[in-house]
Amino acid sequence: MATEVHNLQELRRSASLATKVFIQRDYSDGTICQFQTKFPPELDSRIERQLFEETVKTLNGFYAEAEKIGGSSYLEGCLACATAYFIFLCTETHYEKVLKKISRYIQEQNEKVFAPRGLLLTDPVERGMRVIEIAIYEDRCSSGSSSSGSSSGSGSSSAGGGGAGAR
Amino acid sequence: MPPGGGGPMKDCEYSQISTHSSSPMESPHKKKKIAARRKWEVFPGRNKFFCNGRIMMARQTGVFYLTLILILVTSGLFFAFDCPYLAVNITPAIPVVGGILFFFVMGTLLRTSFSDPGVLPRATPDEAADLERQIDIANGTSSGGYRPPPRTKEVTINGQTVKLKYCFTCKIFRPPRASHCSLCDNCVERFDHHCPWVGNCVGKRNYRFFYMFILSLSFLTVFIFAFVITHVILRSQQTGFLNALKDSPASVLEAVVCFFSVWSIVGLSGFHTYLISSNQTTNEDIKGSWSNKRGKENYNPYSYGNIFTNCCVALCGPISPSLIDRRGYIQPDTPQPAAPSNGITMYGATQSQSDMRKPNCLQASPEHACGMGTPLKSRKWWGAGNVLQWTSAAIAPNPEPQSLSFPRYLEASGLFLCLKKLPASEEFKFHTHLLVNVCVAESPTWGFCVTQRNWLGDRLGEPCC
Repeated sequence: MATEVHNLQELRRSASLATKVFIQRDYSDGTICQFQTKFPPELDSRIERQLFEETVKTLNGFYAEAEKIGGSSYLEGCLACATAYFIFLCTETHYEKVLKKISRYIQEQNEKVFAPRGLLLTDPVERGMRVIEIAIYEDRCSSGSSSSGSSSGSGSSSAGGGGAGAR
Repeated sequence: MPPGGGGPMKDCEYSQISTHSSSPMESPHKKKKIAARRKWEVFPGRNKFFCNGRIMMARQTGVFYLTLILILVTSGLFFAFDCPYLAVNITPAIPVVGGILFFFVMGTLLRTSFSDPGVLPRATPDEAADLERQIDIANGTSSGGYRPPPRTKEVTINGQTVKLKYCFTCKIFRPPRASHCSLCDNCVERFDHHCPWVGNCVGKRNYRFFYMFILSLSFLTVFIFAFVITHVILRSQQTGFLNALKDSPASVLEAVVCFFSVWSIVGLSGFHTYLISSNQTTNEDIKGSWSNKRGKENYNPYSYGNIFTNCCVALCGPISPSLIDRRGYIQPDTPQPAAPSNGITMYGATQSQSDMRKPNCLQASPEHACGMGTPLKSRKWWGAGNVLQWTSAAIAPNPEPQSLSFPRYLEASGLFLCLKKLPASEEFKFHTHLLVNVCVAESPTWGFCVTQRNWLGDRLGEPCC
């Protein structure tokens, strides 16, 4: 784990952080957790609009599932109340399970879609569910080594993401 | 203005604390040591943590202990003195039911008091800078008046226009229904109120526990009151009223405590039942945010329409996990602001003023033009909502400050400056509560220079732009 973090830090020195883009929350449906699907102009040259929107819509879907109010959530709530909430010492809430799914999804997206394009998604839960932080990396090296930089980037960023996910 | 040299810098001492929101007063060489610390130890709000971050409460917990003592003593006396008689003479179910109620009350009380009410973590420096940039673009960079307009964003929720306010402390736009608790110095989601009786804020994550607590406590109070009265009546039928009181003096105490608390607790339960059924928070109800008096078109956009759904959602809806990750370890490679440059010393009095917020130093970015043509020695950005303070020692050659009356408050656009002459010294203490971002650079005359229009500069120093 320490070695992987070390590699990620080395990568971060070679691929400098150019800027960060923040996708804000969309409150038009109330207080449920949704993010705006508006495409930020800084990503225009980096990633296809459709891929980005698909990622954000999937995340929104996950959060809607976590906060869904229906039979199963009522059952969980009543059961928890009946056991004086001691049941949460043994099991996870439905919300926590979905959050784990979300962090796996983000890690997978980082590996497959974002890191090859020099971008890195941060799980919103690490930012208090306020924003989706997308870090845009620029390679300091010349274009000849940029491909190697980005490929090692995808390898190390996934390791870094794995380290963060396991925390 | 002559370019800053080494000499004038020595005349001025600055108390600038460059902090990161999760690790205040950190210098770079201590990073390895801090890596082993947990996040609750550097939590910026005014909270107390116990059990290595598992328990979270407000700072003032005196009233909570009072609540605990009242409940424990009254219930204890009930079980010790009244229950034996009642169990024998009426039914043993009485202590059993009483016991269940008591455990439920204690469980929900502790759960309300010890859990995270739904605190929103403060913005990272990058987020705050990004928001500032967007706000500046939206407002236009130089505003006409001295005080910039309050920052709000409007959203439409279910057809109702809701204003989201910008929180200067946490540097975020508060989500709808969130509010900043001044006692705990945190933004809390779905903020209901700060309850000193439970020693914590009541917000999204612990509202149901709070409601269960007051509901069960009303039942318990009524239960104890009723059976204490029954006990005394039964005894007085056998031995006479005064003898009955002599035989069980504890009953008197219990009756008195219960009598005085039942009105407020039952009233509170009723009030919160109403709030739950209409899906409002205490905050909203007190402000009358959704009342018809504000206008015919005003309605609550969060209500689900019927009482049953509102109740179910409030009490049995999903519980979101805590966003502040109290027990996580501080990561060494989290985003850090720019480290302070040399020449900055700590000012002793700052550390003793615990009420002052520790300033954050945003990253200096050259493209944010300070509007100063003259190159200056260093430039730092100070974010809005921070308090900047420093002293200027011995600017003795400049006689003008003495001619001013102190304290002197000046408002420039976004800058609220308080100048004080420290007693028995030639030093001047500066204290600024920033309403907008300012770029503070050192200047030879006064040791600072700010971008905003500043009529202090006209009298006492050279304006920088």
